[in-house]
Amino acid sequence: MKRSKLVVGVVLLAAVFISSIVFAGNIAINGSTTVLPIAQKVAEAFMKEHPDVKISVSGGGSGNGIKALIDGTTDIADASRAMKDEEVEMAKGKGTKPVEFVVAYDCIVPVVHPDNPLKNITVDQLKAIYMGKVKNWEEIGGSDKPVVVISRDTSSGTYEVWEEKVMKKERVYPGALLTASSGAIIQTVSKNSNAIGYVGHGYVDKSVKSLSVNGIMGSKETTLNKTYPISRPLFMYTRIQPAGDIKTFMDYVLNKDKGQKLVEISGFVPLN
Amino acid sequence: MTNARQQTDKSVRFIFFVVALASTLILFMIMIFLFTEGMPIFKKVSVHQFIFGKYWYPTSSPPDFGIFALIAASISVTLVSAVISIPLGVMTAVYLAELAHKRTAEILKPIIELLAALPSVVIGFFGMVVVAPFLQNTFGIPTGLNLLNAALMLSFMSVPTICSLSEDAIYSVPIALKEGSLALGATHLETLIRVILPASISGISTAVILGMSRAIGETMVVLMVAGGAAMVPSSLFDPVRPMTSSIAAEMAEAPFRGDHYYALFATGIVLFLFTLLFNIIADRISHKYRQTGEASL
Repeated sequence: MKRSKLVVGVVLLAAVFISSIVFAGNIAINGSTTVLPIAQKVAEAFMKEHPDVKISVSGGGSGNGIKALIDGTTDIADASRAMKDEEVEMAKGKGTKPVEFVVAYDCIVPVVHPDNPLKNITVDQLKAIYMGKVKNWEEIGGSDKPVVVISRDTSSGTYEVWEEKVMKKERVYPGALLTASSGAIIQTVSKNSNAIGYVGHGYVDKSVKSLSVNGIMGSKETTLNKTYPISRPLFMYTRIQPAGDIKTFMDYVLNKDKGQKLVEISGFVPLN
Repeated sequence: MTNARQQTDKSVRFIFFVVALASTLILFMIMIFLFTEGMPIFKKVSVHQFIFGKYWYPTSSPPDFGIFALIAASISVTLVSAVISIPLGVMTAVYLAELAHKRTAEILKPIIELLAALPSVVIGFFGMVVVAPFLQNTFGIPTGLNLLNAALMLSFMSVPTICSLSEDAIYSVPIALKEGSLALGATHLETLIRVILPASISGISTAVILGMSRAIGETMVVLMVAGGAAMVPSSLFDPVRPMTSSIAAEMAEAPFRGDHYYALFATGIVLFLFTLLFNIIADRISHKYRQTGEASL
């Protein structure tokens, strides 16, 4: 008697467990680690409003995300670059035509200590600094002080933009101080009058001074009108023209008062 | 009656056996996991290239997986912190066990042990906000986030370990040894240096090595104050990037089962081998110089 009750219990438990696996993950999102914080924040907020939809978010890099989208193992691919031609071809070969959504912009601003007299810097000067060629602020029109170069960890999305837009295939020299977060860069720069670092536009606060690049200040406007040189769009791709839950989700991401608010909170530039 | 008691005895013994087995087994499985996740990188680079390679550019294309600068950083930070913390820790221990008044020792010892309870992130924050600007202004150096700062903060963490274990070792030297030395006309200082310290050397060495293995494995502090530049340091004021901080900072972003991921696990293997070595040495010393009786000195 007791035994049969136990069996029923175990079977029930197993049933609950299996069904939760089947129904979880209605929408799968995979891809760029840069877009990951946006996707996570939006997914959390979305699931609060739509408790019946389960979203699983993971970050394996833009390339992996797009590959997963083409293979059909994910519904939405995050990417910090546009799909390459060969990827579009590959998708065609599988009979799909991914739809592109620009969901946010990345705008990276060089920051220095407020005591630093420098106001403007060129992309070439930034490149020389990060290659370790400029050792003293005097060389680029500042005061006679050593330059302390602060960079992000090589696996961060912010570093990726920097590498693409400033370093242009060159490497950041090994003597650069690598920090694990944008907050740590602000912290370090605000404590060191020799330092230069770079952070997403949303992280800049009063404890540091942002420099204009090639005469243009990084801001929402200059990013959106594409005059600021160190910025790029961030994408989400869906496998086909979105419908159902996926469409609701994409609308939510692009909604000015919902998804785009979270984009701004995550330190990125929203679309409007 | 006897049978039932024997039964209980047996089952209790069995339960303890299972518990002991479980914890050992879990540790062993973590070790296997570490090796299976780290080994694949050696299909891409040779062990020699990995350990002695100068450049650590795990994400550029083509990537460079050389952790020599990271190993050098870990070793140099640990050595400098040992130079600071060994005299501090051992001398404090001598003071507490031999020289201080009983009441002073009773108050001081818990305070020093309390230092060990300070969370490492708090020590790191202190180093970042207070010590770094201080070093920078005092020595006129480009940045206060450097080897010396990290070594100082790590010393704060290893002094309590070294001190409290050494104190126990000194305290447990048989009183007859001390009395014998004093009776022969030696001064207190002579007794301390010639008799008590040699008699407790195995305990003190163990304390030192455990303190150092804590320093080399510490992550949060070095992540916050060591600076993070992946180059071999040439002075005390150079920023460095120890293995632990490299793993902690990069693991979250490394693509799952990519080369970068494998390389970080392989760095973990190297780190594991270092701490293993420390522990084996500590074990050897404590066996070799074990004070087995009063006559063996």
